[in-house]
Amino acid sequence: MKLSKEKHKELYLKMVQTREFEETAARLFVEGKVHGTAHFCTGEEATGIGVCSALEVKDYILQTHRGHNQGIGKNMDINKMMAEFLGKETGFCKGNGGCMHIADFSVGSLGANGIVGGGIPIATGAALKQKYNKEKNITVCFFGDGATNEGAFHESLNLASIWDLPLVFVCTNNLYGMSSHISKSMNIEDISIRASSYGIKGISLDGNDVLKIYEETLKAKEYVLNNGPMLMVLNTYRWMGHSKSDPQVYRTKEEVKEWKKKCPIKRHKEYILENKIMTAMELETLEKQAVGDIKRAVEFAENSPEPRIENIFNDVYAD
Amino acid sequence: MREITYAQAIKEAMCEEMRRDKNLIFIGEDIGIYGGAFGVSRGMFEEFGEERIRDTPISELAITGCAVGASMAGLKTIVEIMFSDFITLAMDQLVNQAAKNKFQFGGQASVPMVLRAPGGSGTGAAEQHSQSLEAWVSHVPGLKVVIPATPYDAKGLLKTAIRDNNPVVFIEQKLLYRVKGPVPDETEDYIIPFGKADIKRVGTDVTIVTYGRMVQRSLNVAEKMDKEGVDVEVIDIRSLVPLDKECLINSAKKTGKVLIVHEACQTGGFGGELVSTIVDSDAFFYLDAPVKRLGGLDVPIPYNPKLEAQVVPTEERIIAVLKELL
Repeated sequence: MKLSKEKHKELYLKMVQTREFEETAARLFVEGKVHGTAHFCTGEEATGIGVCSALEVKDYILQTHRGHNQGIGKNMDINKMMAEFLGKETGFCKGNGGCMHIADFSVGSLGANGIVGGGIPIATGAALKQKYNKEKNITVCFFGDGATNEGAFHESLNLASIWDLPLVFVCTNNLYGMSSHISKSMNIEDISIRASSYGIKGISLDGNDVLKIYEETLKAKEYVLNNGPMLMVLNTYRWMGHSKSDPQVYRTKEEVKEWKKKCPIKRHKEYILENKIMTAMELETLEKQAVGDIKRAVEFAENSPEPRIENIFNDVYAD
Repeated sequence: MREITYAQAIKEAMCEEMRRDKNLIFIGEDIGIYGGAFGVSRGMFEEFGEERIRDTPISELAITGCAVGASMAGLKTIVEIMFSDFITLAMDQLVNQAAKNKFQFGGQASVPMVLRAPGGSGTGAAEQHSQSLEAWVSHVPGLKVVIPATPYDAKGLLKTAIRDNNPVVFIEQKLLYRVKGPVPDETEDYIIPFGKADIKRVGTDVTIVTYGRMVQRSLNVAEKMDKEGVDVEVIDIRSLVPLDKECLINSAKKTGKVLIVHEACQTGGFGGELVSTIVDSDAFFYLDAPVKRLGGLDVPIPYNPKLEAQVVPTEERIIAVLKELL
C-alpha cells in the first residue's frame, strides 16, 4: 500500500511526539513535579499510532493504562494530556483521572482504564450502540497480553461475536504482564489463536511496523463493519519497566538492547529515507516540531491552575 | 384504583419508557422469549423485538460492561442480573467503571443505565441466590441504590431510574413479585423522585425505619402493636442513595424511639448508616432510648425452609425488640 507523504508525516510526527511526551514525563518524575505513577509505551509507539491514524473521529477507542500513543494517535490535545498528567484543572479529566484514566470524548476516546481488561466489556457496548444506530463507524478496544487471561476478554469476545459487533480487539503484546513473561502466563505463543474459540478472525502482526499496522487497521475497519469483530495482535516490546517503580530484575539488559534495535521510529525513518519520501532535513524538522509541541505542553500544564477541593463533588453524579 | 402485581408494575415501567424513548434497550440473560427468570419481562420481546430486548450469554461481567459502554456512547440501557447475588460477577464494571466514569473522566461521561436485580431470601434457593447486598453498592459514590416495597413504588421509582443520567442499582424483592397493590392506569405517567422516603403508616409512639420486603412485615407488626395501644410509625426509605435524611430525623424527633429493620445481615448492613443519620443529628437530643437495629443474622441464608425463615427478622423478633424500646 502506497501512502501519501502527508500520511507518512502524520505517522512519524505522532510517534516522535509520543516518545518525547514520555521522555519528558519521566524527567518530570525525576524532578519531583508529579506524583503517583505512569506507564510508558516507549518502544510500542507504532501500535497506537498505526491503529488510531486509520480511524475517524466517530470511531471509538478504549485505551489502556499504557496508552499515550493511543491518545496522540487519536488526535487528543497534547496540552490537555500533559495537564492531566500533572493533575491540573485544565487536563482532560480536570486532574481527577491522570494518564491512567484519560479520556477525550470529543475525538472518540471513551477512556483509558486502570483495570487490566476493564475496557473490553465497555467496548462491546460502544460497538452495540454503533450497530443499533446503523452507523458506519467502529470501536477499537486496546488491551495488553495480560488482559487476555482475564474473564472480561473471553466474555466480551464471545458476546461481540454472537452479536456481530463492529469491533476490533487490539492486543498489544509487549511480552510482559508487569514482571511475568507471557510464557509463564499462557501456554500459547500466538495470542491471535484465541480468536478461534469465539469463531472470529484473528491476525498477528509485527507491532513495530507502523505502516503495516495502519494498512491492516484500514482493512480491519471494513472487515468488522461487514463481518463482525476480529482480534488483531500486535507483537512488540516494552522498553521501560511496568511502571515507575519497576527495578526490572526479571529480564536481561541484553534482551532490552536487542529489542531497542527494532525501534519502530527508527524503522519508519529508514523506510522514509530509503524510499525518498522525505529528506533527512524534513524529518529533523518534524522531530524539532515534536520537541517544541511537548515543551509548550509542559509550559501550558505548569501554568495551569490546580483543581479546587470546593469542586470535588461536581462530577460524582450527573444532573 | 386497579391492582397489579409488583412484577407487572416493573414491566409496565419498562414498556412505557421503551415506548417513549427509542434509545432505550434492555439486555440480560433469558429476558427474551423466556420472559426473564421471574417472568418480569414476559411479552416485551414480542412488542419490542430482538434489537431492543437482547438475550445474552451467561456473562454477567460482559453484559454489565456492555451496558456501561452503550450508555456512555449515547444509548440508555436496562440490564437485568438474574439474581442480585450475581452482581459479584459484575463488580468491576459496576464499581470501577460505571460508578467512576463521570468523575474520573472529569465530567465527560454519563452512564445512564439501570441494573435491575432481584434480592432477598424466602424462595428456598439458599446461600448463593438469596442475599441482600445493598450495603455494598451503597458504599460506592457514583451509584444510586433503590429498593421498592410496593407495586406503586416499583413502577414510579423504576421510571425515575430509567430517566436518571446515572447508574442506578434497582434491587427488586423476589418474594414481592406476585404481590398485588394499587397502581394508577397506564394512561397516568407518574414518577416517584429518589431521596424521598414514604411514611407508610403515621404513628406517634415509636418509629420503624425499613425498606424492601420488611416494609409489609413492619406494617403487620404495627397493626398488632396497635391492638396493644402502641402507635407505630413505619418509614419506607425507598432509595438508600440518595437518602431522605430529613424524614428519618423528623420522625425520630417526633417519637423519640427508633428501630431500624432490614433483611440483610446486621453487621456492616445499611442499618448502621440509618442509625448514624439519626444519632449524628439534633434528633439525638429527642431520643428517649438507644436507637435499635434489627438485621438478618450474620449467617449465609440456609436451605431448610424453617431455618431460612428464622435468619431474617420475623414479626415476633421485631415485636420483641420494639418492646425493649417502650
